[in-house]
Amino acid sequence: MLEMLLSVLIVVGALFTFIGSLGLARLGDFYTRLHGPTKATTLGVGALLIASVLYFSTRGEGLSLHEILVTLFLFITAPVSAHLLAKAALHLRVRSIAPPPPEAEDPLADTRVRAGD
Amino acid sequence: MKLRLLPHPILTPVLTLIWLLLVNSLSPGQILLGLILGWAIPVFTLRFWPERVRIHKPLTLMRFLAVVMYDILIANLAVAALILGGPKHVKPAFVRVPLALRTDLGISLLANTISLTPGTVSAWLSPDRSFLVVHGLKVNDPDSLIAEIKRRYETPIKEVFEPC
Repeated sequence: MLEMLLSVLIVVGALFTFIGSLGLARLGDFYTRLHGPTKATTLGVGALLIASVLYFSTRGEGLSLHEILVTLFLFITAPVSAHLLAKAALHLRVRSIAPPPPEAEDPLADTRVRAGD
Repeated sequence: MKLRLLPHPILTPVLTLIWLLLVNSLSPGQILLGLILGWAIPVFTLRFWPERVRIHKPLTLMRFLAVVMYDILIANLAVAALILGGPKHVKPAFVRVPLALRTDLGISLLANTISLTPGTVSAWLSPDRSFLVVHGLKVNDPDSLIAEIKRRYETPIKEVFEPC
């Protein structure tokens, strides 16, 4: 019974991680590709980690919860790196399907406000 | 004096908990070591934390976290469906979300929440902090997306961390 549950969790996790990577290959421009790895993989990693918690907690060596930390670090780092990648892409005027906001593409926007302070 | 010895009362138990999870044990020695680390790290990294974090409405915070968890789950399913549907179904757009938040902590929390949830990534913060540029994967109605972000995420963050 437990093994069934573990297998389902691992397959679901692998599936979502795969879909996230597929997004990288299938979507049209840099910005839309950014969505695949930051989103679809969260649930994929989540399912794999739940499987890991269940497996190690039922082996009789006590509760294993340090997988929660992986989730925590992932939730802290994924949005920050996505934001920086998007910001750098705007700065470099990477080709985009959606028209980007003009002020975000202005390379001097940051410096001008600082000079005005 | 009190400020210098215990600059961040919330950070200490959080760091202790992280330490206990890291070592995966609840022995008294590890709890003590965790408490020492939880006290020492905020003291030595004081310069990186200029604002003192205060949580004003714990219940609102709990409800906000539950909403975000639910949204992350839905986001994963929605984005997975969009990816499998192929590039034709994607309708990306940049939208400007005007900010009511003023502190660094509030704005970074909002930006991170936006990036973690349904088909949206925060892409750029205006230098004067008056608006946040958000890239959406499938935007049918920009105004309702902005209203949704403000209602679901910005309002609770403001209530919990920035009551005026």
